Amino acid sequence: MSAPHFKSKLGRFTAITSIAALSLSGLAACSGSASGSGSEEAGGTITYWASNQGSSVTQDEEILGESIKRFTEETGIEVELEVVPWADLYNRILTAVSSGEGPDVLNIGNTWATTLQASGAFVPFEGEALEAIGGAEKFVPAALATGGAEGQAPTSLPLYSMAYGLYYNTKMFEEAGIKQAPKTWDEFLATAKKLTKDTDDDGKVDQYGFTLAGQRTANNAHSAFILGMQNGGELYTTDGKPDFTNDGVVSGVNDWIQLMGEDGVVSKSNAEINDGSVLPGEIMDGNAAMFFDQAPGKSFNAAGFKDYAMAPIPLKNADATGLEATQSLVAGINVSVFENSDNKDAALEFVNHLLSVDEQKKLNAKYTSLPSVTEAFDDPAFDTPEQQAKKEILANNAAPMPLFPTEGQMESLVGEAIAKQFARIAQGEKITEADVRKALEDAQKQMPAS
Amino acid sequence: MSAPAQTPPRISEPLKPRDASRAIKRSSIKRDRFFPYALSAPAAFLELLIHIIPMLLGVWIAFLSLTQFSIANWVKAPFVGLQNFTTALDPNGPIGSQFFDALGRTFLFTFLVVAIAWSLGIFAAVLLASKFRSNGFFRTLFLVPYALPSYVTTIAWAFMFNQRDGMVNRFLVEDLGILEEGPFWLLGGNSFFVMVVVAVWQFWPFAFLMLLAALQSIPNEVYEAASLDGASLWKQFTRITLPMIKHANVVLLLMLGLWVFNQFDIPYLLFGPVSPEEATLISPLIYQQSFNNWNFGVGGALSVVLLIALLIVSAFYIRLVMPKGKSIDD
Amino acid sequence: MIETRGFRILRVFGLAFITLIIVLPLYVVLTTSIKPLKDVRGAFEWIPSEITLAPYLDIWTTVPLGKYFANSLIVTISATILSVSIAILAAYALSRFDFRGARSFRLIVLSTQMFPGILFLLPLFLIFTQLERAVGLQLNGTYLGLIVTYMTFSLPFSIWMLTGFFAAMPKELEEAAMVDGLGRLGALLKVVLPVARPGIIAVSVYCFITSWSEVLFASVLTNSDTRTLSIGLQAYASQTDVYWNQMMAASVVVSIPVLVGFLFAQRHLVAGLSSGAVK
Repeated sequence: MSAPHFKSKLGRFTAITSIAALSLSGLAACSGSASGSGSEEAGGTITYWASNQGSSVTQDEEILGESIKRFTEETGIEVELEVVPWADLYNRILTAVSSGEGPDVLNIGNTWATTLQASGAFVPFEGEALEAIGGAEKFVPAALATGGAEGQAPTSLPLYSMAYGLYYNTKMFEEAGIKQAPKTWDEFLATAKKLTKDTDDDGKVDQYGFTLAGQRTANNAHSAFILGMQNGGELYTTDGKPDFTNDGVVSGVNDWIQLMGEDGVVSKSNAEINDGSVLPGEIMDGNAAMFFDQAPGKSFNAAGFKDYAMAPIPLKNADATGLEATQSLVAGINVSVFENSDNKDAALEFVNHLLSVDEQKKLNAKYTSLPSVTEAFDDPAFDTPEQQAKKEILANNAAPMPLFPTEGQMESLVGEAIAKQFARIAQGEKITEADVRKALEDAQKQMPAS
Repeated sequence: MSAPAQTPPRISEPLKPRDASRAIKRSSIKRDRFFPYALSAPAAFLELLIHIIPMLLGVWIAFLSLTQFSIANWVKAPFVGLQNFTTALDPNGPIGSQFFDALGRTFLFTFLVVAIAWSLGIFAAVLLASKFRSNGFFRTLFLVPYALPSYVTTIAWAFMFNQRDGMVNRFLVEDLGILEEGPFWLLGGNSFFVMVVVAVWQFWPFAFLMLLAALQSIPNEVYEAASLDGASLWKQFTRITLPMIKHANVVLLLMLGLWVFNQFDIPYLLFGPVSPEEATLISPLIYQQSFNNWNFGVGGALSVVLLIALLIVSAFYIRLVMPKGKSIDD
Repeated sequence: MIETRGFRILRVFGLAFITLIIVLPLYVVLTTSIKPLKDVRGAFEWIPSEITLAPYLDIWTTVPLGKYFANSLIVTISATILSVSIAILAAYALSRFDFRGARSFRLIVLSTQMFPGILFLLPLFLIFTQLERAVGLQLNGTYLGLIVTYMTFSLPFSIWMLTGFFAAMPKELEEAAMVDGLGRLGALLKVVLPVARPGIIAVSVYCFITSWSEVLFASVLTNSDTRTLSIGLQAYASQTDVYWNQMMAASVVVSIPVLVGFLFAQRHLVAGLSSGAVK
């Protein structure tokens, strides 16, 4: 910048002040950007991306804000919290990974753990890092197993544990004279059919036995996993190749799809739903009697709704054992530390705080999920009938989603394939098992070679 | 492109005090040589930073194997040559067949939306070109859909087309009683139709605006002369109006066509991250491949093919409709 | 066109038809925004069971709408002012000077209009990151990054339109001004711009609308501090209940700035376009 043209004193004065102002604002910009990417000093500030666990982002901010306050009082480390809605979380993580610019600590859906592990962008929990948070022994083993591929140090640790269950409207069960939640798939279908009816005699069915979010890919993929297992099929071969078209998976997916098709116990309008968070509303409004979910308790509680209960997801074979007795995936949220974090010590300290017995109890109680740390898991506070049933499922009838790096792609592709079948049924098409097989075949062809 | 980029980044000239003006006039010939470059430099810099360089990087990505294994260190992602292109363009492969379907569908979508939007636009413009009472009111009203943010209107349309509780099905089934059961508008073949409706509703006011402006530059005497000769309204329209607004039309159709062809917001807000098969356009397909399936190389290859297709079609279009020696920006 | 009786009849029916098409969705949005929540949980009703303004109060607490609103205003206004200023300079150069590279510059700017946004979403993000590392300039997740991006999006159309506009203005205007002792830039500021006002308003409106409505880049380039309305508005749907009444009330509220600006500028818009773009 040169100022040769200014002749008067006033001109020179203006020039000098404007240069001063420029350099000042330059300095301000520099310091601003430095603090934006995380501070270097010990103590300092870290950023935390939390997933949306509560019934709203605002509720999350309240719950986690309290936990962070306790942490800051104890350690002096400030935590900047951002609750990222589910629709954005995967993309945000992806952009963080590709740019190396991300939060210090973040939540992930535990089914993404292996896919994200493959990116190498997260701190592996081994040696000192693992000791810093209290060692592997403190965790519920099934939950810890979701942290990454077998035989590798996990890059994420379980924070909230969940399991799928069959949730139902107890009033509707009573009215229909149903005493007990169904235990087998056949019983389940019979119950659902009994509950599917025309309540006001106008010739149109207005109450359905079951409800699902037809366009929600993740839930569809989870159902494919659970029902596939029950039918004796797994989505991957043992050496990590996608295997979507084996008979077990095809019949499992077919069972799921025919709920809306042949069985007719799901309203066709459900084919349009792409957000699972509206399903509890369907139950509360009496539009449908049953659905599969992980932790809808907080939504029911928020609405003051009490007439619900939970049972394990019905089994294809009543006396199945081993993998065929799968009733849920080991669902949950894991927490990771970003490899590029400027303040890993503080980040680990925060993870340690979130995984402490006290915080585990407090947070999981609020979110109606289960602790992933054994000592909190065994606490009597988590012994309601629903929680006991969930614990039972996690201990005996749950398996982690496939722990291969292409799991993320599998969830989108299988989930989309199923969503498309629901769309076809909604428009009056009949879907056969052969159609299901064909759709899964197409999905498998799009899987990246790994 | 290189010329303006190399100019020194002089952003503005200080305003000269009055007594210096004579000196400036003397040197103005020399200054003029750099002046236009200085004026275009900021625009050139932005175009380079936000459009050109990212586009070149996008082309480069199309030759890389960029997945979750390499994204964290994308600078070192393995080079795979044309492999992404063979995957993306294999008409028998799952991605290639989707791509060609989507390409054809996007052309059809563009044609329908542009044709309907233009027809509505010219119709309304002709009706409102002359002055009459409440003319201003209708003009303003017709421009409202253009002024509303597109995410607002698209969400509203999704609400109206909802199968179970939407306004459209309520109207068809309960008010008119012409249908037993409400059809699904956001799934299957209907979803394509809905997408066209939403796009036309949003885009036609822009056509209306441009065409109204063009009509106003036609002097009324031309029509007066024609009507004295006994030319019918239709004849006046085809013989006078259309030829006189030809240049405006060329530009309008090209701009509208490109906007509609690259449309992402409408399907994304109507259907969510995955469009129904029957309504998958090109941009959402690329988004799906890149961001849902983490296959950025293939997504990049699809983008490059799309860009080439657009360049060819646009160049062909400009050749076809522009008189020789004239260019679109004249 | 010369008005005949037939034309007038056609006009009445034509205008009625188009009005209906336009008003119907607006009616749905407005009536839904004043319905109580119970009205929007079931099937659509044409008439609200009762009229309530509660949704207009609740929208500010369900979602931090005020913050998103402020963010959108900051980003959009900055982008509009900067983009239009830069476009004026470039368009002036293109319309008044015959310089080497002018033609290719014009062509390249125009052809960037055809880039599908999806093509450079990820690359742009990666470049911002590299800039951040190299120069320490934070672009991802900041206002600056979004402003710079939106500025550029509306540049091609703005430059192209203003070039046509300036070219249509007689050169003698500025020459006279320069004889009077104003420099080139002075002539541009004091003489050309006032005359070009309708064109500049038209371009500003275009730029404002483009930035205010953008969804794709906002979803990647913003964080919770800088989130704009286009992303924030979707939060009403991801609650346990879809608060359709609040969603529509918020839609009305976020549309007001663009509508007001648009109505205010509408008069100039047609004039601006007819002397600039469509010649």
